[in-house]
Amino acid sequence: MSMDAVFRALADESRRTLLDRLHARNGQTLSEMCEGLDMTRQAVTKHLTILEEANLVVTQKRGREKLHYLNPVPINEIAERWIGKYERGRLRALAELKKQLEGKDNG
Amino acid sequence: MGNGDRFVYVTFIRTTPEKLWYALTKPEFTRKYWFGSSLDSTWGPGASWQLKTPDGGLTDSGKVVEIDRPRRLVLSWKHERFPEMRDDENASATFELEPQGDVVKFTVTHESDKKDSKLIKGVSGGWPIILASLKSLLETGDSIERTRSFPKGI
Repeated sequence: MSMDAVFRALADESRRTLLDRLHARNGQTLSEMCEGLDMTRQAVTKHLTILEEANLVVTQKRGREKLHYLNPVPINEIAERWIGKYERGRLRALAELKKQLEGKDNG
Repeated sequence: MGNGDRFVYVTFIRTTPEKLWYALTKPEFTRKYWFGSSLDSTWGPGASWQLKTPDGGLTDSGKVVEIDRPRRLVLSWKHERFPEMRDDENASATFELEPQGDVVKFTVTHESDKKDSKLIKGVSGGWPIILASLKSLLETGDSIERTRSFPKGI
């Protein structure tokens, strides 16, 4: 499982949309994934294959159906690879500051 | 389990099924990558298991439903620590170890027949970092530093 495959898979807006949809609701069939999307079934299938090869999507058979699950483990591996413990604390503080500055409470 | 909640996590680890099984079932190993927690059992069919924090507090428990060493382990899973996650009586975790060349495909499926299970939502957040840390431990000898102790304030 190469990180190149993960980055390549993520470098496409349609594929990120598919991951977002699984994040919102995990374990969908291909038909469910296609609902309301401006993509052909073939295109969705192709994108899901690339996501599966990058291990960002995992499929399981349940009876006749194939269900798709979001697998965030490779993203965690990447995050741990480049975001050390000191940066993590600093980034959290910055994210907190951004939230406070943009929050309604301080408007 | 039809309409309940399920999470499926997969990682590929450069190791053997035997080593991975050892790391999964020995508390002195789980402590290194599972936020300092010990997973302990006699690992026989029907045996009980407990997951405990470093100070001995029980967080999760259950029974060994199925065991096929070193390929497959199914545990019934009950959460004991947070009241809002305790009302789920029918949750389980399945661990599958599948050798593929020089790596092992490790699949963790955590599911419940309860819809919108707070237990599944709660435990699902922890798995990705625990699995990333387990992979790091087996491949490099070092787990991810922040998974070596229990998080403060929880």
